[in-house]
Amino acid sequence: MTDLDAFRSETRAWLEANCPAEMREPMRDESDACWGGRNPAFKSAAQKQWMDVMAQRGWTVPDWPTEYGGGGLSPAETKIVKQEMARIGARNPLMSFGISMLGPALLKYGNEEQKTLYLTQIAKGEIRWCQGYSEPGAGSDLASLQTKCEDKGDHWLVNGQKVWTSYADKADWIFCLVRTDSKAPKHQGISFLLFDMASPGVSTRPILLISGNSPFCETFFDDVKVPKDQLVGEAGKGWDVAKYLLGHEREMISGMGLGGQGESLGAALGHALADDPVLRADVARFDVDQMAFRAMSERFIDELKAGQAHPALPSMMKYAGTELNKARHELVMAAGGSNALEWESDRSKKGKAPREWLRTKANSIEGGTSEIQLGIIAKRILELPGA
Amino acid sequence: MPLYLTDDQAMLRDTARSFMAGEGAIAKQLRHWRDTNLEDGFGRDLWKQFAEMGFTGILIGEADGGLGLGHVEAGIVLEEIGRNLTPSPFLTSAVAFVEALKGTALRERWYPGVLSGDTVAALAIDEGAKHRPEAIAMRAERSGNGFSLSGAKQFVVHGVSADVTLVAANTDEGLTLFAVAKDAGGLDVEGVRLADSSIGARMTFDSVEVDADAVVGEVGGGEAVLSRMLNAGRAGAAAELVGIGVASMDMTVGYLKQRKQFGRLIGEFQALQFRAAHLYSELEIARAATLKAQQLLDEGNPDAEAMVSVAKAKAGRASQLAVQEGVQMHGGIGMTDEYDIGLYMKRDRVLNELFGDPAYHADKLARIHGY
Repeated sequence: MTDLDAFRSETRAWLEANCPAEMREPMRDESDACWGGRNPAFKSAAQKQWMDVMAQRGWTVPDWPTEYGGGGLSPAETKIVKQEMARIGARNPLMSFGISMLGPALLKYGNEEQKTLYLTQIAKGEIRWCQGYSEPGAGSDLASLQTKCEDKGDHWLVNGQKVWTSYADKADWIFCLVRTDSKAPKHQGISFLLFDMASPGVSTRPILLISGNSPFCETFFDDVKVPKDQLVGEAGKGWDVAKYLLGHEREMISGMGLGGQGESLGAALGHALADDPVLRADVARFDVDQMAFRAMSERFIDELKAGQAHPALPSMMKYAGTELNKARHELVMAAGGSNALEWESDRSKKGKAPREWLRTKANSIEGGTSEIQLGIIAKRILELPGA
Repeated sequence: MPLYLTDDQAMLRDTARSFMAGEGAIAKQLRHWRDTNLEDGFGRDLWKQFAEMGFTGILIGEADGGLGLGHVEAGIVLEEIGRNLTPSPFLTSAVAFVEALKGTALRERWYPGVLSGDTVAALAIDEGAKHRPEAIAMRAERSGNGFSLSGAKQFVVHGVSADVTLVAANTDEGLTLFAVAKDAGGLDVEGVRLADSSIGARMTFDSVEVDADAVVGEVGGGEAVLSRMLNAGRAGAAAELVGIGVASMDMTVGYLKQRKQFGRLIGEFQALQFRAAHLYSELEIARAATLKAQQLLDEGNPDAEAMVSVAKAKAGRASQLAVQEGVQMHGGIGMTDEYDIGLYMKRDRVLNELFGDPAYHADKLARIHGY
């Protein structure tokens, strides 16, 4: 038995003993996700227990160093933990923009104090983070952002507005792109700042979307004072941090293309396809694309961990994964027919299908549109001119 | 196992890449054999060189004198074959045929010739215009010490050149595969040049007598033999399709960087950039699916068959997109025989049909998943 085989059997036994039965049931909807935070809203005792026991072992972030609350596992061991969790259908113990976005950026660009403080909080699920990137005038052209950050000697003073801030109304802290130098070229005057959403001058307003839900907010900063040591990296060099983090955001969003735990969309839709050969063919083609994308995702993660992935590959994954997820929900709607049109009935779980379908339309917009990703592939991977 | 090539596999890729780009290049092989109208459609000398390089022994076990490697390694060679459109009997002989004979007594008779690059093998499966191996009509009746085969096959790639042809036919005991030597009486072989200038064959069997020892494995045990042969052939064809697609894309992206219209490089136009980037994405996904299928086959994983269908369908679609975009983005020059992109389009068409097209494999995947 190799060391990895031994690790796999230990992991299997530990998960068997420690993952509560309820946490092996598929999530019914987004509200089943555990986000932790300063005022955590646990849906059940099992949910809290699962987060705590995983955090204690460092397995909310298995591949982070142990000194920052991680598991200190190798890429191969991390893959085994994920495989063994998937084998028993274990839920993600902690959903977190801290884990998927801020953490990797801090590991690369944060100073020792920042890493020790923030990464440990993230690993334990103590602080829920949100992302302050887009502004009303800075969407695809993100680097044109205008939120002003002035050096006031013993603190920074922040004024401006962000938009599409996911769950800003539920977040404890924000990682935020601000302009510290309005005279520098647009990519060079940007800094990467962390601050508490409870700071005086911060306010949020949820945005009602076409799905009828409000996962995104407008976020306003009115003379917000931020301690000087909460800037990551150097002032004016925040665009490097921003881009690096965007790679991880795109990687996270590309996970939408994996399509949950079911192996096959056709198998899940089953009877709805029996008397509809054209739809069955569309679904079969989708299943080919989905299984192929899952292989790509496995390859991408393996290459990433081995340091072999092209730095622009997250753009390709984000593009392909989100387009695939949109295609999936179009097919789910088509297979559901008029049943999938009901918006409020209990029968339809208050319009689960149509609301999820509409939510997916944001996938190819958030984190950089599909067109932005294609432009990045063209320029950085294919090295086409003038892109 | 990580889903990328090991160091040893990357070394094999480098070796195969420089060999195929040199000895197997389009001008040296494909165009040469096409324009000299040779009967085989490929070079016997090159096939010997494949043997000297060790390629023909990749899937043959070490005990039988081969390298004892797997489908990943066979796929590495096939991707390079695809990139250079190198005509050879590698896929039928050293991959599908070798895999079919695994664990059977016929190894001793046929493996040495494959190893030395002397033997060419062909596969007689299809009976109609489309690949339908589930509905084989050909019969093999007991006769004397062996069987008598009657029926017709088509799309038998390298059938004219083959020293041995694997034939799928039904006996009273069920589907059975036979290794029929080329001198068998009652066998009519009509060579047909295909669109990509490879040579296929229509074969007519009129009471062709074969000995019992021509049976591959057990009488009535043909399903298992056919299944492992097709898995190997399909995964291999997927790898070759990836090579075709990637080479077409590289050629096309190169053209976008040199062709000027309206006073600028056409690669500056977003309308073309986005299509090229989408194509890149599809080909990377196809390559990952193909490698996954090969790894699962090498592990003996029961999920391999589904993933092989995914790979063949996805690589077929991606390669199809690559050659279509290739010809379109090249404009008029892409329609000329002088330029190579059209050769890729023709080879892609043939390989997409071989062992089942994307529609066949999407349907097969749906059936595996119970819908």
